[in-house]
Amino acid sequence: MKVPNEHESAATFEELAMPLFDQLYNFARWLTQDTAEAEDLVQETYTKALRGFSSFQAGTNFRAWMYRILRNSFLSSRTGLKTMVAIDGETDEQLLPAENATPESILIAQADRGLVQQALAELPVPAREILLLCEVEEMSYQEIAETLAIPIGTVMSRLFRARKALRDLLRDQSEGGRDGV
Amino acid sequence: MGCEQWRGKLDSYVDGELDSAEARVLGEHMRVCPACAADALERVQMKRALQMAGERYAASTELRNRVAMSLSARSLAPKPRRHFSYWQILAAPALVLLIISLATNFYMGRENARRQRIYSELADLHVAALASPTPVDVVSTDRHTVKPWFQGKIPFSFNLPELQGSEFTLLGGRVTYFEQTPGAHLIYQIRKHEISVFIFQDRAFGGRGEETASLPAGAARTLSFNVENWTQNGLRYFVVGDANADDIQALSKLLRDAG
Repeated sequence: MKVPNEHESAATFEELAMPLFDQLYNFARWLTQDTAEAEDLVQETYTKALRGFSSFQAGTNFRAWMYRILRNSFLSSRTGLKTMVAIDGETDEQLLPAENATPESILIAQADRGLVQQALAELPVPAREILLLCEVEEMSYQEIAETLAIPIGTVMSRLFRARKALRDLLRDQSEGGRDGV
Repeated sequence: MGCEQWRGKLDSYVDGELDSAEARVLGEHMRVCPACAADALERVQMKRALQMAGERYAASTELRNRVAMSLSARSLAPKPRRHFSYWQILAAPALVLLIISLATNFYMGRENARRQRIYSELADLHVAALASPTPVDVVSTDRHTVKPWFQGKIPFSFNLPELQGSEFTLLGGRVTYFEQTPGAHLIYQIRKHEISVFIFQDRAFGGRGEETASLPAGAARTLSFNVENWTQNGLRYFVVGDANADDIQALSKLLRDAG
């Protein structure tokens, strides 16, 4: 096989990486909750990824690889350090069935976009990031597992807990709103 | 399997992660179990709400350009050296030139991509028309029938060549759209090869002066189709087909002479 020279591999890198730009930025912005930090994070991600592109294995998931670099850069940043503990302290718990759907919870699911955004921003990073990867980036469990470097079983349990946490937050919000009236 | 076991799988179900056999069984279960169906519905709605909520932030064009520039700069710039030297001072003017050429390259690369995109969309239009049960809306070999048919259907007029003495036959025409702009799509035949001729107003391609630079006239080859394009009297002509390049050129010349 022909080994690509530096110029060629950069051209390929650009072709692969630039289409992900908008989604990576959106993800970075949600993680950091700050425009300037998100911009730095995206720039850092592209720089690191280009530098490490030779170690990227062709045929493996490039998107997951980019997200992993972005996330690792975030975790080692000032803001990210605070969230490390929460992720490391996690234990895999048994999957519990969620409580039954009630008309109320269906109302929550239709809650207005602003409320969902607010709740998502309030979630701890591990919950926020997995929901973004699953729902917004529409990644498969396998891709999420590669991005977060965790087993698929952990993807499922973390996703389950994240959804429950979001539902609880939304329920609190809607109850709070009702009390206020 | 009872509801309790299914509940634990609803998330995987709505995420499309159950294998097809299991998903089918669960689907059948939900048809007779309103509770599980309602539960699944709630999860789907939640997913949708999150999807809408999560697509929120757009990066600035400035950041995009900065990142794109840093990628192309890095791929061509010399490796950083450890010591400063006279060389670097002498190299400064060269570096300026390099940066200018990088910017040009970057621009040209984007224009190249744009040209490729236009060509492949036209190739799509060509193939889609031929694959459709009615490739043309006005069926006629007579240019005096085909040309007036477009009257009032497209906002411009054009001339078609006399084909007597050439191997080309006109099969007919249809109205087509490219980037929300109406245009004429004519289909010609030569030795069993169909060739599409597209005619649009040139300003539909993004402006006048800079436009010509972004889409230079000339022949090209894309996805095994031969393409020729040029501008004439404010109209942009594209000739697309799997016929050989000489045939494409010959038809282009006939059209040019007529226009």
